[in-house]
Amino acid sequence: MSERIAPREVLGATLIELAEKDPNIMVLDADFCPASMITNFRDRFPERFVQVGIAEQNMMGIAAGLSTVGFTCFASTICAFCSRRACDQVTTSIALPKMNVKILGLYAGLFVGKNGASHQSLEDIAIMRAIAGMVVIQPADALEMKQMIRFAAEYNGPMYIRIGRDPVPQFVPDDYQFQLGKAIVLREGTDVTLVTYGDPIEDTLKAADALAKKKIEARVINMSSIKPIDEEILVKAAKETGAIVTVDNHNIYGGLGSAVTEVVSEKMPVRVKRVGIKDVFGKSGTDEQMKKEFGLRPEDIEKEVVDFLKG
Amino acid sequence: MAEVSEKYRKLDEIANRTRINVVKMIAKSGTGHAGGSASIAEILAVLYFHEMRIDPKNPKWEDRDRFVLSKGHGCPALYSIFSEVGYISKDLLPTLHNIDSPLQMHPEYGLCPGIEMSTGALGQGLSAGIGMALGARARGKDFRVYVTIGCGESNEGQVWEAAMCASKYELDNLVAIIDYNKFALCGRTADVMPLEPLYDKWVAFGWHVIEVNGHSVAQLINAFEEAKTIKGKPTFIIAHTVKGRGISYIEDTWRSHSVTISPENVKRTLGELGCSKQEIDDTLEQMKEAH
Repeated sequence: MSERIAPREVLGATLIELAEKDPNIMVLDADFCPASMITNFRDRFPERFVQVGIAEQNMMGIAAGLSTVGFTCFASTICAFCSRRACDQVTTSIALPKMNVKILGLYAGLFVGKNGASHQSLEDIAIMRAIAGMVVIQPADALEMKQMIRFAAEYNGPMYIRIGRDPVPQFVPDDYQFQLGKAIVLREGTDVTLVTYGDPIEDTLKAADALAKKKIEARVINMSSIKPIDEEILVKAAKETGAIVTVDNHNIYGGLGSAVTEVVSEKMPVRVKRVGIKDVFGKSGTDEQMKKEFGLRPEDIEKEVVDFLKG
Repeated sequence: MAEVSEKYRKLDEIANRTRINVVKMIAKSGTGHAGGSASIAEILAVLYFHEMRIDPKNPKWEDRDRFVLSKGHGCPALYSIFSEVGYISKDLLPTLHNIDSPLQMHPEYGLCPGIEMSTGALGQGLSAGIGMALGARARGKDFRVYVTIGCGESNEGQVWEAAMCASKYELDNLVAIIDYNKFALCGRTADVMPLEPLYDKWVAFGWHVIEVNGHSVAQLINAFEEAKTIKGKPTFIIAHTVKGRGISYIEDTWRSHSVTISPENVKRTLGELGCSKQEIDDTLEQMKEAH
């Protein structure tokens, strides 16, 4: 197993690398930069770092204004607040006028230290996905994080990058290249397809290993591009495996499960099981407590798959 | 002196023409925000025909001064001004609110030349103005940024987040003007949500504050002049205005906020604003065709 690195650990360095080459890179923060791990950017480029304080709505508007002057803006704060708190500003000031603003959402889903329900983001994928023209992506690991940030700097338009808090091993191959709208298969299988992203990948892969012991060969897909989604890989998976299970670190309403279901129900109808947070709010606790409480441990995922395949 | 009064006369004339166009456009559309358009006529006339550095031939000139109409619903007045500047054709004005028109009910960036920010969801424009002002500084540009906010809009918390932020960054290239017509949608701001003491509030937030009659082009000109002399802080201009100014049958009422203008009131209002019989008849004819 490779060294465990949190995707956010490479965020600041990647932004610095881009800013050294591109004078148009601007970073905004709503008093979260130590947790976003971008204080190195603040210290390296103070004149290209805007600290708005705890004012996410204002931050989104400022990013939009900077974008009109030709800056590529990375506006960074906790997922819960850039989606829920600043939803209208993201919609009207950024998405409607197609501003070149990349929203960096930290602390995706349940895993927010022990901060609990107010800080967990179980709605952000649904919110961002429903905003016209908004790209929604989440890196699997630090390598994909770097590539997404580099891609974001090249991409002209609004984007939501959802970033997990905790260290994870590398899942994508060393020669991996992120492409918008393209997913990759992390594990081959023909009996069922497990589709996930970000933090739940590790436990989904463990579940797939456990399933293999029961003679169920599960394909595992890293759907890091949640919108636009990779329709081709889903249609192929539906055809070849006949059943899909999504694993969401998000409410089952509006998350990846919904996105996958939309595609297969239109293009290649097969049964889809949505594993995720079942329309309840989160709680304070350790990651392990959280996974147990909300059914995201490998054994929980494994059981969901087995029960689902029994029909 | 004669030259100065000629300038004032011209600006008053543009403001009056703005009100005429607002009435004509809204009459034809069948609905629109007349009150908050009429109250900003002089503010816009002074900005676009005296104060701001713009190139009528190039609305995207990178050194232009920026204007954001944060109270986006007042945009019929802005569209009229754009047609006077030359950013858009006068022929577009009667298309206001049409589904395929660049003149949407709230301004959209990228759709209508001259619009610097999509607004309409209130409270957001000042933040965008801060972004532009910070952008000017980061680029070493000397363009200035003007943002007009509404008084009902000032109930939004984001306005005060922006107020703090502009002051923190000492944005002396940023001027916010409040169209202080003292009405929100459903009543007087004093009843809906009092803003007073408004002057003290903006001073407390670290702004240089100037109070003027928002229908006096001379006072507005002086205020913008004064703003340019202020260093290290943004300027806030309290422009005391009258909602629906010049549209006498609804002037200074909350009812002027969003209106349908009847043919009788079109006749009366355009007459009062000095339109010829021909212009009034043409407007009535256009209304007939549209409805």
